[in-house]
Amino acid sequence: MISVQGLTKSYGATDAVRDLSFSVDRGEVVGFLGPNGAGKSTTMKILSGYLPADAGEVRIAGFDILSQSLKARSRIGYLPENVPLYSEMRVGEYLRYRAALKGVRSRRITEKVEDALELCCISHVRNQLIGTLSKGYRQRVGLADALVNEPDILILDEPTIGLDPGQIREVRELIKGLAKRHTILLSSHILSEVEMTCSRVLIINKGQIVATGTPAELRERSGIALSGSVRMEIQTADRANSEAVLAILQSLEEVASATLAESLPSSITTSTTSWTRYEIVPSLSLSSSGDPRPALFEEAVRRGWKLRELSAHESSLEEIFTSFVDRIPGMTKEKTPTKEPAKL
Amino acid sequence: MRIFWILWKREVASAFQTPMAWVILFFLLLVTGFNFYAGVSVLNHGPTEVTVVESFFNTVFFWFSFLLLFPLLTMRLYSEEYRSGTIEPLMTAPVRDTQVVLAKFLGVLFLYAFLWMPTGLYFLIFWWQTHLTSAGAIGAFVGSYLLLLLMGMFYLSLGCFCSSLTRHQITAAVMTFAVIALFFLTGLLSFLAGHVDTMMQGITITFSPIDQMTQFSRGIFDTRPVVWYLVMTGLFLFLTLQSFQARRWRS
Repeated sequence: MISVQGLTKSYGATDAVRDLSFSVDRGEVVGFLGPNGAGKSTTMKILSGYLPADAGEVRIAGFDILSQSLKARSRIGYLPENVPLYSEMRVGEYLRYRAALKGVRSRRITEKVEDALELCCISHVRNQLIGTLSKGYRQRVGLADALVNEPDILILDEPTIGLDPGQIREVRELIKGLAKRHTILLSSHILSEVEMTCSRVLIINKGQIVATGTPAELRERSGIALSGSVRMEIQTADRANSEAVLAILQSLEEVASATLAESLPSSITTSTTSWTRYEIVPSLSLSSSGDPRPALFEEAVRRGWKLRELSAHESSLEEIFTSFVDRIPGMTKEKTPTKEPAKL
Repeated sequence: MRIFWILWKREVASAFQTPMAWVILFFLLLVTGFNFYAGVSVLNHGPTEVTVVESFFNTVFFWFSFLLLFPLLTMRLYSEEYRSGTIEPLMTAPVRDTQVVLAKFLGVLFLYAFLWMPTGLYFLIFWWQTHLTSAGAIGAFVGSYLLLLLMGMFYLSLGCFCSSLTRHQITAAVMTFAVIALFFLTGLLSFLAGHVDTMMQGITITFSPIDQMTQFSRGIFDTRPVVWYLVMTGLFLFLTLQSFQARRWRS
């Protein structure tokens, strides 16, 4: 549905997007992830036909965004960052205007506007002036605007920015529901959000794609998934001291190293019936899955340890993201490109 | 065409949804009302050579309110959309740049015509009360209001252009006023020259609104200003379109 080839855009001397290529298939929900200033908004403005690219080609549902702009634009529902709206108009009136502008036939406008109002849960504010709405409601009006003509593609720039946690959850649910009927490209700098709503993630930094894949794939590919540690919390019956337990744990084939976790409060650790928490780093040299948990469980059973917690700490997208961004040469935070000329 | 009407309707509606149009209408009627009163009261001081229409369209009050009108009407057209960012949803909808430019221009032209319409009532009331026409002939009415419309088209298109250049309304207003004042003051060239020859007359009748209005309100029709205003309106609408499209490469 969306195909982007060699997209490049610069503002003056600053490159916003450099040779960006990706594609989004029908029915996908793709998350566009990157820190602030990574080029997410610029890319989305180009995809929606608002800005022209310096170089490269964008096709929306097969139509070139520059030469067949009107056809391409009529297939996109775009939610710009910060949701600019005409504050002097009323919600229902605005949506009717937008529906008409997007080519919805006159006799179907009422129906489509009602659908959009209902979908975004804003039917009860339809007669309110947009200027009097709260941020959350503005966001929903923007969303309703984006989907009022039922476009094939939704491009949502930071759909949950500035919302409170409850509203964020509502908008996320809404987007998940929309995924059944639309192809969605959404941007965010919040990683958990992308992880929750998207089937595929594009990580972008300094105008280039750094990684792409499902959240699970990215975890795997980042190579730090299993270097994440295993946490084990036990109570030893024979009151063996922690050094002895550590020695036992380290003797296991599956374990690379074991350490005593420091985070437990002293009131718990000093007591004789204490629970002790260990951090275990699995050994990567194993031919097995590298998961030491079954072996740890068997060891605990054999020694008669009481086991309270045995959990693998999965690396979050945050860590994956950082690992990708740091890995690309010239992309680390220290080497900021010539964004600002040297000032005295 | 349908898209154009949708855009035009929103332009007109938004003008009346904000207090702006009503405030302008109020003060315009206040000033022109006083102006009309002054024009009529001249008649109380004995016979005069000018008709009410002539005196109405040739006073300081009229020109003052006339000139102030354009920056006020046009400054928000594009600047407001740039500043609030609503230009982004507007231009990502399937609309053409020409449709937007024309809708904005014809929308504000409609508003302008609407503002002047009540002044026609003054002359109707005069006729109803005195059973005298306020001008020598019907042509004087037609001429005056035609010139009003033509000048409006030119100055509004100029205002559109200035507004399309900047995201600051005040900057747009100042630019519009400065350029209009420049055109307006060309009428004073004949004063500077100290004499009136045929060439000077040609210049003033083409450029100077005061000289044009003096003529048209007497019922004298001249094609030179008509052509001039139509051409200039076209030119400035073209420039507006260019500047509006250039925003893509600027931003």
